[in-house]
Amino acid sequence: MIMENTKSNRKPYWFFSRYPIDGLVEFFKRKAVPIHRHTIWYYLGGTTLFLFAIQAVTGILLLLYYRPTEEAAFASVQFIMTKVRFGWLIRSVHSWSANLMVLSCFIHMFSTFLLKAYRSPREFSWITGSLLLFITLAFGFSGYLLPWNEISYFGTRVATESIASIPVIGHYLLVFFRGGEDVSGATLTRFFGFHVAVLPLLLTMLLIVHLLMVQVQGMSVPPSVESQPGPRPKTSPFFPNFILKDALGWLITLGLLAMLAALYPWELGVKADPFAPAPAGIKPEWYFLFLFQTLKYIPATIFSLSGEMIAVMTFSVVGILWALVPFIDRRANRGLKSPVFTIIGIGAIAYIVIMTIVACMASKQ
Amino acid sequence: MMKLNRIWVFVVLSVSIFGSSVYGEDSCVQCHKTLDGALSSPVNELANDIHAQRGLSCASCHGGDPVAGLNGDAQAAMNTKKGYLGVPATKDIPKFCARCHSDETYMRKYRPNIATDQLAQYQTSQHGKLLGKGDKKVATCVSCHRAHGIRSAKDPLSAVYPTNIPKTCGRCHSDSKYMEEYKIPVDQFNKYRQSVHGIALLEKGSRSAPACNNCHGNHGAFPPEVSSISQVCGVCHLHNLELFSKSPHSRAFKQMGLPECESCHGNHEIKKTDDAMLGTESKSNCVGCHDQDSPGYKVAAAMKKIILQLRTTIEQANTLLAQAERAGVEIGDTKFVINDAYNDLVKSRSIVHSFSTAEVEKTTSQGLKLAEQALKEGKEALKEVQARRRWLVMVMVIVFAAATLLYLKIREIEKKGQA
Amino acid sequence: MQEIPRRKFLNIMLGGVLGTVASAVLYSIVKFILPPEIPQAVLSNVVAGKVGDLQPNSGKIFKFGNKPGILIMTPSGTYKAFSAICTHLDCTVQYRSDFQHIWCACHNGRFDLNGKNIAGPPPSPLEEYNVAVVKEEIIVSKKA
Repeated sequence: MIMENTKSNRKPYWFFSRYPIDGLVEFFKRKAVPIHRHTIWYYLGGTTLFLFAIQAVTGILLLLYYRPTEEAAFASVQFIMTKVRFGWLIRSVHSWSANLMVLSCFIHMFSTFLLKAYRSPREFSWITGSLLLFITLAFGFSGYLLPWNEISYFGTRVATESIASIPVIGHYLLVFFRGGEDVSGATLTRFFGFHVAVLPLLLTMLLIVHLLMVQVQGMSVPPSVESQPGPRPKTSPFFPNFILKDALGWLITLGLLAMLAALYPWELGVKADPFAPAPAGIKPEWYFLFLFQTLKYIPATIFSLSGEMIAVMTFSVVGILWALVPFIDRRANRGLKSPVFTIIGIGAIAYIVIMTIVACMASKQ
Repeated sequence: MMKLNRIWVFVVLSVSIFGSSVYGEDSCVQCHKTLDGALSSPVNELANDIHAQRGLSCASCHGGDPVAGLNGDAQAAMNTKKGYLGVPATKDIPKFCARCHSDETYMRKYRPNIATDQLAQYQTSQHGKLLGKGDKKVATCVSCHRAHGIRSAKDPLSAVYPTNIPKTCGRCHSDSKYMEEYKIPVDQFNKYRQSVHGIALLEKGSRSAPACNNCHGNHGAFPPEVSSISQVCGVCHLHNLELFSKSPHSRAFKQMGLPECESCHGNHEIKKTDDAMLGTESKSNCVGCHDQDSPGYKVAAAMKKIILQLRTTIEQANTLLAQAERAGVEIGDTKFVINDAYNDLVKSRSIVHSFSTAEVEKTTSQGLKLAEQALKEGKEALKEVQARRRWLVMVMVIVFAAATLLYLKIREIEKKGQA
Repeated sequence: MQEIPRRKFLNIMLGGVLGTVASAVLYSIVKFILPPEIPQAVLSNVVAGKVGDLQPNSGKIFKFGNKPGILIMTPSGTYKAFSAICTHLDCTVQYRSDFQHIWCACHNGRFDLNGKNIAGPPPSPLEEYNVAVVKEEIIVSKKA
């Protein structure tokens, strides 16, 4: 039904006469966010989204000058850093924002985990979210190689080696990811294709589903709040209150990014030389350090099976189980407090943090 | 017609078979092939021998009549009446080879531009002189070139190919027992191997580096005399020779009988030059002769000072530039300036051989101007880094102002919502 | 009602400051998109000079990216180009018309008109570049 275009309505007639989406507009006007002591965690999804938007914009800008070949990749990044106006800013922002996005994604995941947001009816939000986390890590891993510098070349070589330890399909996976037996220009081109086409497409599709489900189902209220006696928690309208607070968070994040890019510009290092010996202390990016450090503690063989293979398989199984947690945590599904899983969550966070710190300190020695 | 064809085939075949038995393997080879040890090894080496490849035979050097020996009659073949010489005595070897190699008309047939003065040169050499006095231990033609299986000097497998020469000379000259009676050092090869020239020739395969023969001569091998050492080094290092011969050191060294370039650089163990060789510190070459108050001491100190100044300025500029580049500032043009400054540093180290502070200063002052320019540009590049940070601080202030205002706006909306 | 002017003021301030932030972001993005003077990273070719810059039996130094190159016109009138970095100790070489070949001032190294090291300490030849004359410009490019 076309509303009368009076001043108080303030709806542009020319638009709504063509696209009768009044129902949708009303839905968004009514959209509300529950207010309680855990509301602060609701901002993290939007922060991750904002950081992804920054990545997309800075990534497209870098794409105007970057060259994905063995001969020119390093020189093109150096060119961006030194000759293109504000190139140093765009590139440093892209590198810093990537790391912040991974951090934000992990915090978002762990906060929803501890707040049991994965419980019914939001199981598929959790599953799409898990996939989004893996894709984000894949973005980080593929993007890391693109400057083709010494640390990224050798880091990629070490990281892709461990893929080969997966039984049966390990070697095929290795060749698939590397574009051959060794890390070479073919790997660079392949990673570039993943990083700018395949992963963005996958992420966008999953993100649309993930966001759509959030819109339709609304925000989850943790069982600890829901089980409190008394009236249901207050709500605050999404437009304009919550979105403005979101915007505030994004503004502060933007400022933080600019500061990091200016005070701690991202290093470029030296160009990769595949024939040079690997420099000492090669380690992957910080968000893979806990896996890397765990591998160091696994003995070479366990019951005459390769220790590395056992470790990689264990990580994979844990990852799959983590994605399937909505179907494992029966108590939360029934709306009950589920302390076992809270402890598991805290334990996982502690493990990751401690392993990361240990790995950092070990390499500093 | 068919019969004629078959006859022709028979004739051609038999001629070629008969021919090959005469002109292929001669009787010397056929017989010695069947013997043992030293009597058959020359045959094995024939395939690599340049003389055999050019169509010469055993008899060409050793004489005799191989045709007479075709039916296996060794005595008939090795007949002194037919010119058989056998194995020449050590003292006769040079003349043995020189029968052909000193005959210009004969050698012209095989290679028009080949040298034919080897014997004459050899007779002036230390080896030749000692051989004439009856010493059988010294090198003769076959010591370096081998007796059989002689390869061209241009063949990389030849014992006299440049990269193999040091080892060949070293076979005797590094053998302390063999060289005991001659009372000369036996460490030349070892020293050479560690020198710039040795590493260049033996490890990097650089053909422009000198082997033993470049400085000592091939056949007229003799240590260069004290007064001509700079001329020998000057074959490649011409600029340094020119500077040195005009410098006060040239006359002084001659008067004192000092071995010119060798006095500071050594002869076989010539190491990569270092700025530490110049100046007045205890390790330098200069203080070995010059006392503290001598004019030479002052010159050494002065030259060292200006060269060091240029070097440190270049290093400082390089450090700044590296910092700026890491921070993302463009410094390509400044790299050119530094490159020219570095060129001047390299040149001025060479000009040290004039032993004149004024001469060295001409180049160092030019280089210093460039290095200082690069340093200035490096500092400006770092200022650019600072400027960027200041701009960002300003942006930060605006962003945080925006955040504060937004916060106030939110509070206002919340209040309105509650009202 | 004092509220309304203050609210309007807040709105204007907020809009203004956010606008400044947005324009700062937009400014840097627009500047980034406009190509810089040297349009690409790995220089595969440069303009070393113009026809008429050189006479037969002369040479000049030009910039190939960050490194010096030497362009010569041989006595017979052909253009040749090489890296000007001496293979001995990296000094910049020059063309000597009195020698009719390339010379290095640092230690008297010499290179013939094909870049081959013919005298003095240099251990290897100068890297040769391709030369093409397009309209009035002399374009030097690296060999494949």
